[in-house]
Amino acid sequence: MNSQTSHFACRIERVERENYRVATFTLDLALDAAPGQFVMLWLPGVEERPLSLMACDPVTLTVARVGPFTTALHERRTGERVWVRGPYGNGFRQTGEHPLLVAGGYGVAPLLFLTRRLQATSAHPTVLIGARTARDVIFVERFGALDVPVLVATDDGSQGTQGLAPDVAARAIESQPVSSLYACGPEPMLDGVAALARRHRLPAQLSYERKMRCAFGVCGTCARDDGWLVCRDGPVRFEEP
Amino acid sequence: MNPEITLETNLCGVRLPNPTLLASGILGTSAALLERVARAGAGAVTAKSASLEPRAGHPNPTVISWEAGLLNAVGLANPGATAQAGILRDARSKLATLGVPLIASVFGGTSEEFAGVAQVLAEAEPDFLELNISCPNVGDEFGRPFAADPQAAAEVTRAVKAVVDVPVIVKLSPNVADIAGVARAVEEAGADAIAAINTVRGMAIDVRAARPVLANRFGGLSGPAIKPVAVRCVFECFAAVSIPIIGIGGVSNGLDAAEMMMAGATAVGIGSAVYQNGPEVFARITHELATFMTEESYRSVKEMRGAAHK
Ligand SMILES: Cc1cc2nc3c(=O)[nH]c(=O)nc-3n(C[C@H](O)[C@H](O)[C@H](O)COP(=O)(O)OP(=O)(O)OC[C@H]3O[C@@H](n4cnc5c(N)ncnc54)[C@H](O)[C@@H]3O)c2cc1C
Ligand SMILES: Cc1cc2nc3c(=O)[nH]c(=O)nc-3n(C[C@H](O)[C@H](O)[C@H](O)COP(=O)(O)O)c2cc1C
Repeated sequence: MNSQTSHFACRIERVERENYRVATFTLDLALDAAPGQFVMLWLPGVEERPLSLMACDPVTLTVARVGPFTTALHERRTGERVWVRGPYGNGFRQTGEHPLLVAGGYGVAPLLFLTRRLQATSAHPTVLIGARTARDVIFVERFGALDVPVLVATDDGSQGTQGLAPDVAARAIESQPVSSLYACGPEPMLDGVAALARRHRLPAQLSYERKMRCAFGVCGTCARDDGWLVCRDGPVRFEEP
Repeated sequence: MNPEITLETNLCGVRLPNPTLLASGILGTSAALLERVARAGAGAVTAKSASLEPRAGHPNPTVISWEAGLLNAVGLANPGATAQAGILRDARSKLATLGVPLIASVFGGTSEEFAGVAQVLAEAEPDFLELNISCPNVGDEFGRPFAADPQAAAEVTRAVKAVVDVPVIVKLSPNVADIAGVARAVEEAGADAIAAINTVRGMAIDVRAARPVLANRFGGLSGPAIKPVAVRCVFECFAAVSIPIIGIGGVSNGLDAAEMMMAGATAVGIGSAVYQNGPEVFARITHELATFMTEESYRSVKEMRGAAHK
């Protein structure tokens, strides 16, 4: 009985530091959810914001410290409380035998969740992690532990291949079988992956972000220019070849 | 659909293809969204309320759902009147080919501000202007809403009527002792139609946090929980005035829409039901309403209006 009105009251079970600005929070809450879905995390007196699920049982969130809300979360310790509502949105669908997953920044979180689910099928995913520089690269070990091939691309070449993630993905498509593309990360990266998908006639699933309020398709805050609601129609958008 | 029945609705001389309309503040934040809701089957669409200056709205949590409805305190987030006029102009051109009228919604802190915003929005030539004098969520800034007092409500109505030619709808609050008195006052002041109701003032407390859930503490309740309140308000207004009434509050199926009309509504506003169904809710409710009319041998929506006043 921890859901009294709208939110589940939960406690932080574990905090793992991923790098200088990203940490992973495991909560004492289990949800039935799909990779790509998100929750609204409420810190009473601070704010309530959308965060993607890195895992749903238990709920695990990987969060970059970028402003007041995420800083307040980073200051919470094991055993402290946070409030959750959700899950919301439409997650990724499974397509293709050889999916290529392109992750930028904390975009690795839902794609790790997706990798676990894909591995339960006959698919053979490959992961490409893109970052500005080596210190921004996270989750190499987490993906490695799942035994999936991991490619790394950095803008400055300080780790893995030098280049932007979509360009490095293009090279991967030429050297190995790729049947579909998945991407989560900054919007310019998503645009790049969408262009790549069109060029190679591959189905793509891209996960978008917008400022949100209700998270369930009522208030209209997260609409894109075309009237597509990130919270309810997305956050994952399908680009057919 | 039975060819014998018509859902066409005449609201102040403006033709609506059906009597369901999108209530203000739900999905009405952009031209693309208004068009999307129109294409999904709404008979008219209302844009989000706009104020003179842009407003960021309240911090989150701003909208939550619970068993029987929604509780919101968005705090009238909007881009300001000038930007809103641009959205309305864009929406109008998108809606023109669909034959779906556009309602602009006006908010202000004073009568003068209401008139000023109304003038700016009227330049975009919406089919109606709706005066949101009943938002329960900005009391800390603006004090009691104008809808709380018949004189104040009438004054705002007069101020706007003096400066615009489009039909003016005044949106009333259920959070008053005598809604019929307010309805009478705005009718006398020249209102062309009434919309009833805005949300019911409410609150939710998370007992594990020992604090209100909404950052604004108080919010407006909507959805199924408030339908009986809305039906009663529409019934009382119908008995008090002769201008058309847009019945809003908790309508989520065709029978709810029929109920609202029998209480006295000419058209029916829908907001929170979008939560369960998405924009497709309009086509579903219209279809259910037509089925009901066929079953009960109503040929037009007009025949149902006020039918419960016996
Ligand atoms: C579907 C979805 C999933 C997300 N998943 C994650 C995740 O797994 N990990 C993670 O670290 N971040 C995620 N985010 C982004 C996260 O919500 C923002 O970083 C956070 O709200 C920033 O709050 P702040 O106060 O710390 O920073 P602010 O100073 O408020 O903003 C910093 C950045 O966050 C954006 N932002 C501001 N308000 C919101 C809002 N209400 N909703 C979304 N973005 C906002 C701003 O545009 C700005 O770019 C996700 C966002 C969405 C929409
Ligand atoms: C999230 C949300 C935002 C709203 N914003 C406005 C608004 O800006 N202006 C307004 O006149 N009414 C606003 N309303 C009230 C609705 O237009 C409507 O009167 C009320 O929700 C009752 O109808 P419903 O039960 O069908 O939702 C809002 C309601 C909700 C749920």
